[in-house]
Amino acid sequence: MSAQGRFNIVRWMLVAMFVVAATAAFAQNAPKDNTSQGLDEQVQDIKSDVLSIGAELNQLEEKLLYPSGTQVAIFVSVAKGDTMRLDAVRLQIDGRLVAHHIYSAKELEALRKGGVQRIYIGNVTTGDHQLEVLMDGKADSGADFSRTEHFTVRKEVKPKMVGLTLAGPGSSATPIALGEW
Amino acid sequence: MRVSRPFIALGLALGLAALPAAASDLKDLYFGEALYHALQGQYFEALQRLDTELAMYRGIDQPELDTLHYHINNAEFSVGDFELNYRMHQRAGRAIKAVLEGNVDEPVRNEAAFRLARIHFQKGQFDDAQLALGRIQGVVPDSIKDDIEYLRANIDMATGKPAEAVAVLQQIRNNPGLAGFVAYNLGIALLQSGHQQDAIEQLDKAGRLTPADPASLAIRDKTNLVLGTILFESANFERARQILDRVRLEGPFSNQALLRAGWSETQSKHYDSALVPWNILVNREPTDSAVQEAMLAVPHAYASLNLHGRAAITYGRALELYSSQIEKIDASMDSIRKGLFLKALVREESREDETWVIRLRSLPDAPETYYLMELMASHDFQTALHNYLDLEDLRSKLTEWKTSLDAFDDIIRLRAENYDPLLPGVDASFKELDARMRLRLEQRKQLARRLQAMLTAPRPEFLATSEERLALDRIALAEKQIGDSNSPESLGLRQRAARLRGAITWRLETEYNDRLTAAHAHLKELNTQVDELTGQYEAFVRSRQAATHSYVGYDKQIEQLRKRVGDALENVDSLMDRQGQMIETVAINRLDSRRERLTAQQTEARFGVADSYDRAAREQVGSEEH
Repeated sequence: MSAQGRFNIVRWMLVAMFVVAATAAFAQNAPKDNTSQGLDEQVQDIKSDVLSIGAELNQLEEKLLYPSGTQVAIFVSVAKGDTMRLDAVRLQIDGRLVAHHIYSAKELEALRKGGVQRIYIGNVTTGDHQLEVLMDGKADSGADFSRTEHFTVRKEVKPKMVGLTLAGPGSSATPIALGEW
Repeated sequence: MRVSRPFIALGLALGLAALPAAASDLKDLYFGEALYHALQGQYFEALQRLDTELAMYRGIDQPELDTLHYHINNAEFSVGDFELNYRMHQRAGRAIKAVLEGNVDEPVRNEAAFRLARIHFQKGQFDDAQLALGRIQGVVPDSIKDDIEYLRANIDMATGKPAEAVAVLQQIRNNPGLAGFVAYNLGIALLQSGHQQDAIEQLDKAGRLTPADPASLAIRDKTNLVLGTILFESANFERARQILDRVRLEGPFSNQALLRAGWSETQSKHYDSALVPWNILVNREPTDSAVQEAMLAVPHAYASLNLHGRAAITYGRALELYSSQIEKIDASMDSIRKGLFLKALVREESREDETWVIRLRSLPDAPETYYLMELMASHDFQTALHNYLDLEDLRSKLTEWKTSLDAFDDIIRLRAENYDPLLPGVDASFKELDARMRLRLEQRKQLARRLQAMLTAPRPEFLATSEERLALDRIALAEKQIGDSNSPESLGLRQRAARLRGAITWRLETEYNDRLTAAHAHLKELNTQVDELTGQYEAFVRSRQAATHSYVGYDKQIEQLRKRVGDALENVDSLMDRQGQMIETVAINRLDSRRERLTAQQTEARFGVADSYDRAAREQVGSEEH
């Protein structure tokens, strides 16, 4: 390899490094060609379209499968600052198992950061219903724990939303607190 | 991918800043559900939920009574954030502009302006980004103050105003979260503004930082690599080598640093010293361009040391490597042309974590992705790739929805088969019961009206028992039969009848209050029963309506949705074809250029082998002559 050749490579590398250096600062501003830009916009358009189809389909599904007169939705959240490892939640309505969810690390993280999971949506008649909530998990100490609570939930004509806030044994909060909407 | 990390990290931090601290602060469960999806990276689901919630919120008469009202600013922001994360920049920009133009507090407006500026910057619209930053006035949330300045500096650098960028970056150089990036960019800005010596000093400082996180360590390595290259370019070879030695051996910039460290040594004629980094390098991943370069550099160093035999052997090794790599590239190009690259990209297991691009290599029939790493790290390729993957997700969703629509059709058909024969009979019975119930309710109303009237205009006879009414009727009949004769017998009978009437009237008058109270009590008792009956009646009406609503009136909507799903699916397929073709073409072009480089190196190695053998032979002859 000639010295000139090596020098050219070094020069090329230097230029490349400045491009890299610049892209570190301007990670997103590489010039785009028209084709990719046009395609990108079309992809954005189709996403919008599919989102709107999805929204309409959700409404249709709700109307068909969970009419407002009988609809009940149950949500799960984790108490503020709680660090227990929630493994599973099981729900029974009037003695019938309606939901059994085992949590992945990603889901648990989302709950800890303030997300709320809709664990169940279904239908019940108007009137009082017995809700049994069972949670399994691991306390901060690493010990397994399990808690069960029973609640009476009153379903009226409008859709019923029930929020369950869960807390581990190390927390001062109620292990399973019920909120109604 | 590596180069965009600082921005990815920044974006996430900002996105999460908008979330409510925990579920206990949350008033709207569905907003919480949208966050739950977003926090798992499921932005489509998050957007679908939040779009529906926001549409409902905007559609109600008194939105302040809705639970979303407590989070409305946050929700408007989040929708923009989710759109941005779902790579829908157009809509994200619109959502954030809506916040900017809404009636919101200064800190909220300023944060929106910052986010809008960031979107424009990411899209390369620097003037618009500048304008958006110009809208920031008054109170700025502390959490984004330095991020705003960092963005301002980046815009200055992108628009050819490095001197302004230097001034801005110097103000935020003490931010621990941005330290490595600010220090590096400050060095680059100084260099761009013509202050080479200051730039070298600044990059030297940046290259000595001792961060702990992998991203900051990587930027430090990059700083040292850039600085080493600048010093090499300035013929300061000894210092260049010292700086390049700072780059971690296990870091992402290690190969390039080793290669350049070797070149720095050769400039000072220290060929034996150059062999130290290069011999490390030649044992590394053979697809790396620095390793391939070093395969030629090593025999060159041996030749310069007059070790022509060693040079010939190492040129021979280089030749072998180039041949095998050319074969590998040919196989990769072939694999891409067969569509296997796209297939590998969309495989679920290849997308589970951050290292999926690397793991693609281990998939059977997948092309050699190492050659595509740099390409895959570029923003345009990332956009194209994400678009392709998003389109694939949309395709699965649409296909699933198609099945759902078929299932809805089935549900409706089965419900119709069940209800159609039943409902006419149910309706007929209900009509009869309804008539009877209305009559009874009317009677009850009349009774209530009468009792109410009797409070002010007493009518004791209305409260007579049936026995008393019968007795009064019989007395009236007897009086009629007696007639109005004046015979003593008739007079006697009339007096007896009058006494009897008087006795009943006396009872009615004296017991009037008690009877009226009892009548009210009875009516009240009846109210409970009537309420219960009304409840049952309404429940029946609701159930009856629900029965009809469960299968009537959906045909048109389902048909329209089926058409929209079909059209969208067609559109997605066509876009996927085009996007896929683009990815394949770019990948093949990249491999082609690597192949060209390898072919040139192969030729150079061939020449090197021959030349080294000649020299070795001449040397041998020379030594024999002496």
